[in-house]
Amino acid sequence: MTASLGSAVLALVFLTLVFAAVAAVAGRDGEERWLLASRRAVYGACALLTLCVVLIEIAFLGDDFSFKIVQQHSSIETPTFYKLAAMWSSQEGSLLLWAWVLSIASSLALYSTRNRLREIVPYATAVMAGVASFFTGLMLFAGGVNPFATQSPAPADGIGLNPLLQHPSMMVHPPMLYSGYVAFTIPFAFAIGALATRRLDAAWIRATRRFALIAWALLGFGLLLGARWSYTELGWGGYWAWDPVENAALMPWLIGTAFLHSIMVQEKRGMLKAWNACLIVATFSLALLGTFLVRSGVLQSIHAFGDSTVGPYILGLIGVVVLGSTALIVSRLDDLRSEKRIDSLASREAVFIVNNLLLVALCATIFWGTFFPLISEFFTGEKSSLAAPWFDRYTTPLAILLVLFTGIGPLLAWRRVSWATARRVFFVPALSAAAVGVVLALFTDAAHKPWALALFVFAAFALVGLAQEFWRGASARRTLSGGSMPAALVAVVSRNRRRYGGYIVHAGVAVLLIGIAASSSFQTKRDVILRPGQSAVVDGREVTYVKPTAKVDKLAFTAGAVLKVQQGSAGGDEFTLYPTRRFYRPTGGQGGGIANYFAGESDSEIGLKAGPGSDFWSALSPDISSVQAHARAADQGFRRCIAGGPGVPPQCRAVGALMRAALANPSLRPTALAKIEQLQLDTAKQIATGYVSEASPATFRIIVNPLVTWMWIGGLIALAGAAIALWPARRPPRRVAADPELEALKEAKYREIRDAELDHAAGKLSDEDFALLDAELRKEAIAILDRGNGATANGHAKTPERPAEPV
Amino acid sequence: MDPQRKRKIRLVVALGVAVFLAAALVYTSFSASSEAKEPSQLIGAAPGTSYDLTGEVVRGSVRRDGDSLHFRVVDRDGRGESLPVAYSGTVPDPFRGGREIVLTGEVDHGVFVGEPDTLVTKCPSKFTTSNDS
Repeated sequence: MTASLGSAVLALVFLTLVFAAVAAVAGRDGEERWLLASRRAVYGACALLTLCVVLIEIAFLGDDFSFKIVQQHSSIETPTFYKLAAMWSSQEGSLLLWAWVLSIASSLALYSTRNRLREIVPYATAVMAGVASFFTGLMLFAGGVNPFATQSPAPADGIGLNPLLQHPSMMVHPPMLYSGYVAFTIPFAFAIGALATRRLDAAWIRATRRFALIAWALLGFGLLLGARWSYTELGWGGYWAWDPVENAALMPWLIGTAFLHSIMVQEKRGMLKAWNACLIVATFSLALLGTFLVRSGVLQSIHAFGDSTVGPYILGLIGVVVLGSTALIVSRLDDLRSEKRIDSLASREAVFIVNNLLLVALCATIFWGTFFPLISEFFTGEKSSLAAPWFDRYTTPLAILLVLFTGIGPLLAWRRVSWATARRVFFVPALSAAAVGVVLALFTDAAHKPWALALFVFAAFALVGLAQEFWRGASARRTLSGGSMPAALVAVVSRNRRRYGGYIVHAGVAVLLIGIAASSSFQTKRDVILRPGQSAVVDGREVTYVKPTAKVDKLAFTAGAVLKVQQGSAGGDEFTLYPTRRFYRPTGGQGGGIANYFAGESDSEIGLKAGPGSDFWSALSPDISSVQAHARAADQGFRRCIAGGPGVPPQCRAVGALMRAALANPSLRPTALAKIEQLQLDTAKQIATGYVSEASPATFRIIVNPLVTWMWIGGLIALAGAAIALWPARRPPRRVAADPELEALKEAKYREIRDAELDHAAGKLSDEDFALLDAELRKEAIAILDRGNGATANGHAKTPERPAEPV
Repeated sequence: MDPQRKRKIRLVVALGVAVFLAAALVYTSFSASSEAKEPSQLIGAAPGTSYDLTGEVVRGSVRRDGDSLHFRVVDRDGRGESLPVAYSGTVPDPFRGGREIVLTGEVDHGVFVGEPDTLVTKCPSKFTTSNDS
């Protein structure tokens, strides 16, 4: 009943989206009726998709196993939180998530542009509705991926959610990545609209910049969560493996990063128009490619999500997007010419171009490495793959250069910087970086790892440079309006959120790269076999396997270890870790005997002592061969009891009799089954006690990871920076603008004047440079005002209003 | 120098560097890669060449012997002869009979000896019941 309602709603969504696309195209000449209809159709599709998601979630919460999706990804025993999140562990569920998130993002984009961009919006609507209808259509027509597929009769219980995935970060990671992929659709759609209508000024960028930044932040957060899950849950100890699916998420993030920088150059200078169009097309295509790789199984990956029917369709969509967009860009090359030329290589826009090239080079390298198996198969007939060392060799120098430019960019002003000014702003950061380099080379073993040392030096340069930016900004603010230094800092940041939010992101990325460099270059990793009571020395710490532990419940057999770790000789810092390994019974823990505990998944609960200096990480692989042998013997015993006959041990005669009675009389069956379950559990507990007293050897993986904590902290700092940059500025109550686009243009130009004033006050622009720049900007602002006066003819003053308190 | 010419030189230099780097990338990728092989292709292979073994772990074949792990791997379609594998060190959590793995190593006297830390186990998104107990 619910299922057929859901299928009907889904079909309605498809029709609504197709209508939205058609109506948008019909209204491309600005006919209000069609535009309103298409916009409302997108809102409607969003509401209907929300209903679909609610219906699926109700089925999950209510254990409605007539839904195939519920039966295959949940069970009665699955905790409620994971029931809610199990939707997107399935293919059909993730397609629904794609369509749903896209409909939300599209609705937001259309609402925020409802009075603007009249020419571009119809085409953008058509693209957004087209992509959403593609994914809805996949669910309906591709076969085997309809989330509302049912089966009859409904099974009594489901298969359950893989225990490996039952980890909080694993539940948030997929929706974050998907939302990131999906949100890049919005800037892509508006770029296509701008190209189609030849409205190639920065209007489409102003309208979608926020969506690009949100997409970038969500994708980054998803990557960070995936790394964290791998580090704490997989018993492997690494956070990145250059796996194709990881790379597939990293590539759009890198190009998205380049896009976020180069659109600023277009906004402020009218340059890089064709480049920006190419970047957003590439980002969106790579996001689709990521979805394709996850779902197609064309490359060997640890993320193998089973055979899929949707791969070829997504590949088709990628083909249409790439070919269509390229043709569109080529046909518009005349309109994509830059309005200006770059003034000087010592300017922020020049640094942005360098960072763009580095990011694109990084992405191209990863793309080549990821698809190398297909490339080599094409040329040599053999599927060969590239491993982590190859990736590291190329990405390391690029990442080091990138962190250097992360530091240089914020120190330079737009347009041009004089030599004297540059010397002034670079002095302290360069000196600090040199000092850090000398100290590290003399007093640590960083000198043996030149790449890591270079990264630390450049990261120090970037961090000191950013700190100097905050300091100079706050000082300038204080000279202007007094108050305490912290208050001035808060004021200057909250008045220039985009700028300082961006700086915070830079600082976060520098910190994150320090964590990666240190933990990958100076890690100590050892696999040791210990019997209880034995010790090993790892990286100067004495690790003692104190004793084994074991625990059994209905769901799992848990073997654990108590590890005592002592720093240096006796009397040093001491702590205890409890790494465990859980062996899950398949299907929520029913039936199958005791040996069945070891027929299902197993996962590690690592013992981790995290610290600002280094992480001490431990995982356990117990030797359970004797436990398994005991379990098999016990199962044998149970079978004999039930079979009965002579030679049956006396203590199990009663059970045997009960079971035989139950076979004859079905009404006794539940009691008998419960009884036998209880007996099996008791026996398993005895076996667990036996494991503890047997004291068999266990393998431990011990990793000492220096500074790895800073990787997570750096990631969180970067996210906080993105949130600050996104936080909407307080706006004065808006006058009803006759031309909202002109108003936005005016606001952007005022902002640029204020930026220059802040740069001047903070000492990044010399007096002469500032005077020149200010005059140029004011001329541009007056030109904009003249356009407004020409259109409305209501006589503004001919000088731009000076914004109060520029800094 | 006139700016037009300067720009042209800059462009040529940049393109030259890009082409050089791309060539290095392509060249090293062919020599650094290891061939992916399925077990049936490696039976009787000579030692001395590094391969990426891909295949499915035979159910019930996993045996731990001291610090090394012994198991058999069969082609992904489940057909053909299986190849014995020796691997030392800890294995990823999802590793068990019936799982697909990728492992780098060499064939030595008919046994595929894996390099430590190269065992990759495919991560299943679906919790499937095993029927071999």
